Amino acid sequence: MNTRTEHAPIIEMRNIEKHFGAVIALAGVSFDVYPGECHCLLGDNGAGKSTFIKTMSGVHKPTKGEIIFNGKPMHFENPRDAMEAGIATVHQHLAMIPLMSVSRNFFMGNEPVKKVLGINFFDREHADRVTMEAMRKMGINLRGPDQAVGTLSGGERQTVAISRAVHFGAKVLILDEPTSALGVRQTSNVLATIDKVRKEGVAVVFITHNVRHALAVGDRFTVLNRGQTLGTAQRGQITPEELQDLMAGGQELATLEGSLGGTV
Amino acid sequence: MSDTVSNKTDERVKEMSSFRRALIRPELGGIVGTIAVFVFFLAIASDSGMFSSQGVLNWSVVSAQFMIIAVGACLLMIAGEFDLSVGSMIGFAGMLIAIFGVTLGWPMWIAILLTFAICIAIGALNGIICIRTGLPSFIVTLAFLFILRGFTIFLPQTIERKTIIGGIREAAEGDWLGAVFGGKILTGTFRWLGEIGVIEVFERGNRAGEPVVDGIPMLIVWALGLVIFGHVLLTKTRFGNWIFAAGGDAEAARNSGVPVNRVKILMFMFTAFCATVFATCQVMEFGSAGADRGLLKEFEAIIAVVIGGALLTGGYGSVLGAALGALIFGVVQQGLFFAGVESSLFRVFLGVILLGAVILNTYIRRMITGER
Repeated sequence: MNTRTEHAPIIEMRNIEKHFGAVIALAGVSFDVYPGECHCLLGDNGAGKSTFIKTMSGVHKPTKGEIIFNGKPMHFENPRDAMEAGIATVHQHLAMIPLMSVSRNFFMGNEPVKKVLGINFFDREHADRVTMEAMRKMGINLRGPDQAVGTLSGGERQTVAISRAVHFGAKVLILDEPTSALGVRQTSNVLATIDKVRKEGVAVVFITHNVRHALAVGDRFTVLNRGQTLGTAQRGQITPEELQDLMAGGQELATLEGSLGGTV
Repeated sequence: MSDTVSNKTDERVKEMSSFRRALIRPELGGIVGTIAVFVFFLAIASDSGMFSSQGVLNWSVVSAQFMIIAVGACLLMIAGEFDLSVGSMIGFAGMLIAIFGVTLGWPMWIAILLTFAICIAIGALNGIICIRTGLPSFIVTLAFLFILRGFTIFLPQTIERKTIIGGIREAAEGDWLGAVFGGKILTGTFRWLGEIGVIEVFERGNRAGEPVVDGIPMLIVWALGLVIFGHVLLTKTRFGNWIFAAGGDAEAARNSGVPVNRVKILMFMFTAFCATVFATCQVMEFGSAGADRGLLKEFEAIIAVVIGGALLTGGYGSVLGAALGALIFGVVQQGLFFAGVESSLFRVFLGVILLGAVILNTYIRRMITGER
């Protein structure tokens, strides 16, 4: 089913350990993702998902373990390094500025310029055209490129952020719980966006604690629990129930489920 | 891929009327206010000389003064910060020019350039302290309001045993840089306009035959130049986008690679630059520097900016709007004088229009962001 057998992983994390003082946040996590694949990283709160993706995006340096990006060992000194290498993170919050227009947001920090009389001016025409094009591709109909981001729904904002990352050459796209605060309809829009991005050959790392969202788009699923990998499963090899049990560490949820009549 | 592309518009997005669309712009308050103010004074003060060439020059100069400091305050506010030390900076800069140029007797151009360097450095210091400590700029610049005002009184008293230093006009006589701030342009054109009768000429006295308005003061040229510069910088350059981003949400801007700290510090420096331009023009015009110059100017600048549609919380605003705010300010302040209205009512007007502008701005912001 998946395309990963054809080529090497774009990024491979081997036995990553991360200690914060006496706390062991990650105790040997291995994870890889291939171009055009959506690899879901699941885990309950406190499982180490955030620490792990922060290591991948250059915010933290691993205490032990290697990061191999594009076949070569990599050491990211800061998030800027990772960004330049093509690892983009889309956070649930802190990505868009509501008062600014979609096109100004889209090109924020990467503004196209054109020279007039030797002075660099912000090329608004180009920015507007590219933004409208990118938004149409993702199925968002804007009133105009000057529409403020504040008028978009949460799901649309996520989509703008994702398509912005892809437009600026992301090879690995890390999505940090993009669906956790969204309604049903908006969630399905974001999942559709993930699918489109994957088809363009981008490697997607999708962090979530919602099993159904993961199963909807994921090619592989890795479950983290208490800083360790509980295993990686292929699409079709695992049922939602098994995945859910793994996430919760098995037993506890099984007993909980009994009392709730299997509704969780 | 293309089969998933749909071109139909979202049925839940209401078509916006062009009128409503025209409403959603930061300059709206400024435009409406300007029209209202001019209509009002044309109606009640048209025969008072307010709209004669001398009258026009009078309120233009006052408006231009407000514009110069409003441009700096506007860009800084959009970048998400305040500068309450603008007024004290005006007094301080004027005093430095007087001390360097008159007391120490240095050439005026050296005095002016040195003053600019010192004041811009203080602006940078304001910014660096705000960024490094994370304290609100409100508090940091409030401290500088007192520090700079204190020095403005202390320095001349210690050096000259008085709080006003005169003789600047004489010291600046024939100085090239002094003329850039205190001179006039288009004097030939105005002489010609006087000759062909477009503007009045003096009928008696030692200036008989000369036009009553003999040129455009450099103050107005500086004001227009700064407004155009600020507007182009904000709306047409990538740096302008960074200003909006830094004020809109500093954290999101940093995540996107915008050098937020550099943008903010540069805007503090630009505000200090504008205050120094104001001070230099003022001392060239008056010929003296006084320890009480620039009192309350920081608030007048902020009010002009807010009337012009900028949000106090940053991330939104317009330099053109701020310029209109300054124009309203100048026209009303001088217009009440022409109309013979008690001048204390100016403050009442100020409070009322400030309140009205803030309420209008909040309403516009809700329309933009779709909040309810």
